Amino acid sequence: MKVYLGGEAEVRIHENEVEKIRRQKRYRILELDEILRKSRTKTEAKIISIARRNGVPTPLILDVDGDKIVMERIKGEPVKMVMNTEVSREIGRMVAKLHRKGIIHGDITPMNLILSDNRIFFIDFGLSFIEDRVEPKGVDLHVYFESLKASFDNWRELREAFIEGYREYGGTEDVLIRLQQIEERGRYIERVEQTG
Amino acid sequence: MIVLGIEGTAWSLSAGVVDENNIILIENNPYIPREGGIHPREASQHHSDSIPDLISKVFSNVSPEEVDLIAFSQGPGMGPCLRIVATAARLISLKLKKPLVGVNHCLAHVEVGRWRTQAENPVVLYVSGGNTQIIARRGNYYRVFGETLDIGIGNGIDKLARHMGLKHPGGPRIEKLAESGREYHELPYVVKGMDLSFSGLVTAAQRLYDNKVRMEDVAFSFQETAFAMLTEVTERALAYLNLDEALLVGGVGANKRLQGMLRTMCKDRNAKFFCPPNELMGDNGAMIAYTGLLMYRHGYETRVEDSAVKPDFRIEDVEVRWD
Ligand SMILES: Nc1ncnc2c1ncn2[C@@H]1O[C@H](COP(=O)(O)OP(=O)(O)O)[C@@H](O)[C@H]1O
Ligand SMILES: Nc1ncnc2c1ncn2[C@@H]1O[C@H](COP(=O)(O)OP(=O)(O)O)[C@@H](O)[C@H]1O
Ligand SMILES: [Mg+2]
Ligand SMILES: [Mg+2]
Repeated sequence: MKVYLGGEAEVRIHENEVEKIRRQKRYRILELDEILRKSRTKTEAKIISIARRNGVPTPLILDVDGDKIVMERIKGEPVKMVMNTEVSREIGRMVAKLHRKGIIHGDITPMNLILSDNRIFFIDFGLSFIEDRVEPKGVDLHVYFESLKASFDNWRELREAFIEGYREYGGTEDVLIRLQQIEERGRYIERVEQTG
Repeated sequence: MIVLGIEGTAWSLSAGVVDENNIILIENNPYIPREGGIHPREASQHHSDSIPDLISKVFSNVSPEEVDLIAFSQGPGMGPCLRIVATAARLISLKLKKPLVGVNHCLAHVEVGRWRTQAENPVVLYVSGGNTQIIARRGNYYRVFGETLDIGIGNGIDKLARHMGLKHPGGPRIEKLAESGREYHELPYVVKGMDLSFSGLVTAAQRLYDNKVRMEDVAFSFQETAFAMLTEVTERALAYLNLDEALLVGGVGANKRLQGMLRTMCKDRNAKFFCPPNELMGDNGAMIAYTGLLMYRHGYETRVEDSAVKPDFRIEDVEVRWD
């Protein structure tokens, strides 16, 4: 068994299943810690199943017990290790599928995607939610693009391929326009002006 | 090599002198708004009124002939403030016949942090008034891969402080109040991947105050929420990039509770936590001087005719030619 210390959880990888445990974080106060661990565990289990019902590959949930989720293990490679434009295009298609149903993943990064049998599995739904609006969809894409920038020199190409895939499966132009606005907000000047 | 650096992107007007190994001096003359937040025109008026004295003070401790290079903060920041500093730097450079180098303010926060700590290849949490970013280096560039989607955390703190009738800058005052906080009130906690959002949190905290919650508890609840968000994205970044060093820089980084949270998080995942001493956390001239030195030694020089200010200069736009 392998134990993986993720960004948020401890993940125990067994032969056929995976236990994801949201352990207490000592850096934050207990009240906040409990609110976050409980709500994220619940959200993750729920939306992972909704996504699969809508045709996006995700692991089967086997059990939820307090702050622990037991799920099917997806045998494959983290997308971070096998990324290329074809893979990014397919991610774009799947994200469009999610967005059509108003499912926002909330943390799309190449570490939260597993390539298995030529299919892209989505995992790590702790920050996901359901909201059929342009803004959160734009932010969803922005998060993915930032993670590409952090890991790949050809991130521009990967980004273009994603957008092509996203368009193919019904990702809409208003989301892509909003994405641009979100990126421009990163500029300093506009923020200072809000100081007033 | 001795370098004079001038900083003045927003509230802080500061000059610093450094050599390769030491900070020789820092002189500060900050703009403190009489009421409300920072007004760009007032701030630049302050910089313009105060810069001659500030420079004279520096040159009464370090002789002008000793200085080999003039560095100035070229952006990002408020246009009117940047122009005052750039003009002064050009004049000094021409008068002393010494080269000029324009420095990215965010890069300066990061490099002075690395200089003054043992951090080698850290995930950097950069928290100041207008900026809140997660930065790491990849090859010859720093990349921002997490940041605020609306206001900077420092501006958020200052806004809340003003609403509670506290004077600018609010950070140290909110920190003090929070120490006596007891009761936690739940507030919007918004993390999206490695991005964050603070404006809903500020509004909700202001509402707590309006509803007569003790100021100490408002400050406490706000800090606990905002700093947990910042610590969480830093941890996500460490896991995502598989790195084991975190470096905290920027004015808000002076906060002891934020430092404590990051230290605990790092300890629990066997990472190392670094933060430079407080006088180097907020905007200061020494960070500009040191980064100017690094840049100059790696082939950078800014000709006067190319020294226009860059109000929306991004750290990602600078090629990093050193280790
Ligand atoms: N169902 C699964 N099958 C295979 N590997 C998994 C599965 N779930 C998680 N992992 C592995 O564990 C890592 C961390 O899990 P994740 O759910 O992303 O936790 P965190 O929220 O801490 O990032 C993933 O990047 C992946 O490598
Ligand atoms: N102890 C503290 N706790 C929290 N915030 C602080 C503290 N000290 C200063 N700050 C905040 O730091 C911000 C200024 O950051 P700094 O990096 O110096 O400037 P700038 O935002 O102009 O780049 C202000 O918003 C101020 O309230
Ligand atoms: Mg993950
Ligand atoms: Mg600063």
